[in-house]
Amino acid sequence: MVVSMARIRGVLAVILLGLTVAGCGYNTIPTLEEQAKAKWSDVQNNYQRRADLIPNLVATVQGYAKQEREVLTSVIEARAKATSVKIDASQLTDPEKVKQFQDAQNQLSGALGRLIAVSENYPDLKSNQNFLALQSQLEGTENRIAVARRDYIESVRAYNTELRTFPGVLWASTFFRSNKPMAEFTASEGSAKPPQVKF
Amino acid sequence: MDAVSILSAGGGRKRLAAALMVALFAIAPAFAINFPALTGRVVDQANVIQLDTRSAIEQKSADLEEKSGIQLVVATVNSLEGQEIEPYANELFRKWGLGEKQKNNGVLLLVAPNERRVRIEVGYGLEGTLTDALSKVIISNAMAPRFKAGNFGEGISRGIDDIITVLTTDASEWQQRPSLRLDHQQTVDPADWILLAALFGFFILFIVSPTFRWLFFNIVLNVLASSGSSRGGYSGGGYSGGGGFSGGGGSSGGGGASGSW
Repeated sequence: MVVSMARIRGVLAVILLGLTVAGCGYNTIPTLEEQAKAKWSDVQNNYQRRADLIPNLVATVQGYAKQEREVLTSVIEARAKATSVKIDASQLTDPEKVKQFQDAQNQLSGALGRLIAVSENYPDLKSNQNFLALQSQLEGTENRIAVARRDYIESVRAYNTELRTFPGVLWASTFFRSNKPMAEFTASEGSAKPPQVKF
Repeated sequence: MDAVSILSAGGGRKRLAAALMVALFAIAPAFAINFPALTGRVVDQANVIQLDTRSAIEQKSADLEEKSGIQLVVATVNSLEGQEIEPYANELFRKWGLGEKQKNNGVLLLVAPNERRVRIEVGYGLEGTLTDALSKVIISNAMAPRFKAGNFGEGISRGIDDIITVLTTDASEWQQRPSLRLDHQQTVDPADWILLAALFGFFILFIVSPTFRWLFFNIVLNVLASSGSSRGGYSGGGYSGGGGFSGGGGSSGGGGASGSW
């Protein structure tokens, strides 16, 4: 009985030590890192979702507005480019790579904006049920992208702050030396600018 | 935007104040907004829903939650405080935590009569059923025309009917639920047993060992106290008892649709 009690105390001491280390924030950096990566995959998924809508959208518009060849090809090209730039979670610390991704997606946003703008000129297209459904899906996806980006930015901020402030900075300079701050998204000129309407 | 331009016309100090306000709003929109409190299934801040319509909607929403666990809440607000309706609705949804935490099965119908904007914000878990396209159709067919005529109560009521129809006619989503919920109540999760055993062991040790008591009070409580403050976030827990209504901790990723009239 006495022996088993001592063993229990030993086990308990280990558990408590674990708890204490966890309480000091050892777990915080990996936890925040994983969260930020998960938020990133949300961002990427939502952009992919948008890319998946485009072939259908282009086909529908083409049926009514063949002469808008220039706009249609620019959307297709921008989509191809945007889907070719992929970032896996380990590349998030590379600002150059993140910027590349963002630029490609912004270009697609611009091309899509022009496509929606020119479709205003075709009353038959505008009242097409398929087009309306696609348009609302596109709107919804753009909104999801905005939400996912906001969540990602917040979680990156939390992670980067943890790396630079006490007590996280102690862990960052000892056990997590390889952990680098992640690149933050910036609201670029492209996304803030309303789509141009060409006549 | 209008308020800002009026303010800035008033002179240097007011202009500075306005600029500061704008900066504040730009930096921390989440903190600057005064969201209404979740007082019930219908939060009619703008006061546009008649009493009998309101109680009918509340009843329908309560029935829906009883059957499927889905939390459907209507909110009307006096002002979006300068924000677009999409981020406003998303932040409000998350603040209220509509739907069960694990399933994220909440729906928020937000109407801003003064901005003439309406949005159906759908939780993650219901995006496949109440899709963006369907939400858009409900807004443009059932709600917007009635809002245009000033019949907010009727428009909202019809919108709620349509939302409930969409949510309840999807068989795959619908038929499994009651049985799942019943199963959940009957069986005891093995994790519960482990938790129970751990708690039991804890109390035994607490009574038997003075060292353990010392460790507990000096370390564990300190850790708990310091981490307690970071546990704000979503409020959870479903019903808080006593007839009150609260969100279950669900979240939304911006699904749904918006419209204007």
